[in-house]
Amino acid sequence: MNADDSVRQFLPKASLEALIAALRDQGYTVLGPRERDGVIALREVHAAADLAHGMHDEQAPGHYRLTADDDQLYFNYVLGADGPKRYLFPAQQRVVQLHVEGQRFVMDAASPAPPKLAFLGVRACELAAIAVQDRVFGADDPRTFRCEAELSYCETRRNAFFVAVNCTRPGGTCFCVSMGTGPKAERGYDLALTELRAGFVVEIGSERGREVAAQLPLRLPTEAELELADIKLAQARHSMGRTLQTDGLRTTLARNIEHPRWDQVAKRCLSCGNCTMVCPTCFCSTVVDSSALDGGSVTRTRLWESCFTHQFSYAHPGPVRHSIRGRYRQWLRHKLSTWWDQFGSSGCVGCGRCITWCPVGIDITEEACAIAATPSQSNSPFAEAWEGEGEAEAAGEVPR
Amino acid sequence: MTTGTNEISGPATSSITRPEPICGMDTWMPVATRVTAIKRENLNTHTYRMEIVDEALRAQYRWAPGQFNMLYAPGVGEAAISISSDADTPDMLDHTIRVVGSVTRTIFRTQVGEILGLRGPFGVGWPIDRLDGRDVVLVGGGIGIAPLRPVIYWLLANRDRVGRVVVLYGCRTPEDRVYAEELENWAEHAPIDVLVTVDNATGGWTGPVGVVTKLLQRIRVNAERTVVMVCGPRILNRVAASEFLQLHVPPSQVYVSLERNMNCGFGRCGHCQYGHWFVCKDGPVFCFKDIADIFAIEEI
Ligand SMILES: Cc1cc2nc3c(=O)[nH]c(=O)nc-3n(C[C@H](O)[C@H](O)[C@H](O)COP(=O)(O)OP(=O)(O)OC[C@H]3O[C@@H](n4cnc5c(N)ncnc54)[C@H](O)[C@@H]3O)c2cc1C
Ligand code: SF4
Ligand code: SF4
Ligand code: FES
Repeated sequence: MNADDSVRQFLPKASLEALIAALRDQGYTVLGPRERDGVIALREVHAAADLAHGMHDEQAPGHYRLTADDDQLYFNYVLGADGPKRYLFPAQQRVVQLHVEGQRFVMDAASPAPPKLAFLGVRACELAAIAVQDRVFGADDPRTFRCEAELSYCETRRNAFFVAVNCTRPGGTCFCVSMGTGPKAERGYDLALTELRAGFVVEIGSERGREVAAQLPLRLPTEAELELADIKLAQARHSMGRTLQTDGLRTTLARNIEHPRWDQVAKRCLSCGNCTMVCPTCFCSTVVDSSALDGGSVTRTRLWESCFTHQFSYAHPGPVRHSIRGRYRQWLRHKLSTWWDQFGSSGCVGCGRCITWCPVGIDITEEACAIAATPSQSNSPFAEAWEGEGEAEAAGEVPR
Repeated sequence: MTTGTNEISGPATSSITRPEPICGMDTWMPVATRVTAIKRENLNTHTYRMEIVDEALRAQYRWAPGQFNMLYAPGVGEAAISISSDADTPDMLDHTIRVVGSVTRTIFRTQVGEILGLRGPFGVGWPIDRLDGRDVVLVGGGIGIAPLRPVIYWLLANRDRVGRVVVLYGCRTPEDRVYAEELENWAEHAPIDVLVTVDNATGGWTGPVGVVTKLLQRIRVNAERTVVMVCGPRILNRVAASEFLQLHVPPSQVYVSLERNMNCGFGRCGHCQYGHWFVCKDGPVFCFKDIADIFAIEEI
């Protein structure tokens, strides 16, 4: 079902409480935006009062501030540094626990039952990012045989309930319109809300959503309410903090492995890895072993990994990507180009987090744009053999 | 985006269930293998013969030349190691391992009869099915001969299916040679040409001296009908591929096995990325024509 064939409804502001209660009654742990250390963070909420409200965020390259604003509005800010990935693909997760018994490995503990999570206030770009990770972890194809870590992702994700909030006030680093992922949630939600001062225009996106909606004091919205919601969303589309020209970008980046811009950005980048830690699609990880003190059992734990570290690419006799230039290039080309080859989509959904949380304010849209503006088309010394139709002839011209 | 609603396809289950891990599947649970013999190759390289402890699994286990396993030292971690034995006896697994770090050092301390873990086999191997009627040149450097040894066994067993067979092998000193006796034996008795070169002629070495690609001057290459397979350090892969292309061997007939940092082995952890490829599942053996656009680019 999609939003078009469902009737839009209206949830009065005071009944946000009823929504949280209904989800909790169904056994969900409700996770919503809360203010924590001056940043919006996705944490458990027990009641509407727990939600951050009456504030908006200022986001710019390397800059984030929460500022008091209209007290009637809950969701006047956009994303903080974390999001649903924190729960679906945790930064640290046990994959297996085993012990050696004679000449056998015995699995000690079955993975715990996946949690039942309801995400309240999830944005369109985040739903798009979850769809990207679904493809990475095989959640879109039940036939794939999945490792323990992916199974946990798939089960948690399958259980999850998503209450989307359409963005009516995009942030200063957002560019979801360019990436075709927002600001309105079009799919992947159970319920979607568009916030007005008096309440929320509600759309139902799934059967599960319909069941929860049935328990809410919904009424039909007035013409004026619907019109206002539409105007706010149309305005949002035109107030993106950033834009990215995506036409041909995948190919441009495939062809511009060597480009002077990589040297320039490498002079600014600290290789801190913040961009990979906040990105909702980054999936790299490392499984490490730890032994119990009694030497009995071994726990294998999956940790988030960043392509900005040395150990990420370490292979005797040294890291493949030994310079910041090489690592930044890997990250940006992966997001906007090679991801397409691997998973059939962009690896960037335009959430803007990597821009906001970069301590030196490096902007992925600016870097990609600079390369697209002055393509150098210089690639491998062997590229001739690749481009050439008659392989044998082309090979003869390969420089040494 | 693939789904129209939040409901993703497939049966919903209330707790995580899955079949028992089987060799070669995506799992973090290794199977136990017993070390049955250890052979010293050189100062820091040994060949470990292993068998999977569980007999049913051992009987099921199949692999192809060029594939690798993640060998596991419990509590320490894993290392990607090529299978270096004969694929026709898939229950008897050789892994030739050079000690460079924590996992390989722990394996080095393992005795006959003790167990190690194994996940695998992983990856795409050599183009064995494309060798009929071809001349075959294998180029190995140092430990890089390990994933080529199963190819040599295959070629010896199927000698009449292929044309000329040449093995070029280079290492630092004669003492560093891996499979030294076997190489000598093949050179003398087997219907294949084996040429070995060393960087430094120590200990009364009278054979060729110099980098392995210099051996190319000693052989005749019929470019059109030759399939080349290379495995060695990054620099050898680069120089060897370039030399054969200059000899007009078509890029579609040059194969290279690449080494990258690996953690999962099944295309999920991201470590082994090489351009858009995942070396663990799209490789480690690549046809040159598929990687020509990025080959030899630093830090790709
Ligand atoms: C497909 C494939 C097949 C392979 N086949 C074989 C084979 O048949 N035989 C074989 O011997 N090897 C093979 N290798 C290589 C083998 O996987 C590595 O040598 C092995 O993983 C090293 O593991 P380790 O734990 O012993 O070393 P590690 O402890 O991982 O380290 C290796 C070296 O790197 C250093 N090091 C590690 N991390 C860092 C860091 N972050 N910064 C600086 N230094 C660091 C260590 O000190 C050490 O010197 C293969 C690799 C691949 C990808
Ligand atoms: S690359 Fe940056 S803008 Fe794109 S999805 Fe990741 S964090 Fe968001
Ligand atoms: S781009 Fe910015 S956030 Fe990313 S590693 Fe470099 S300095 Fe850190
Ligand atoms: S080793 Fe994990 S993706 Fe290749």
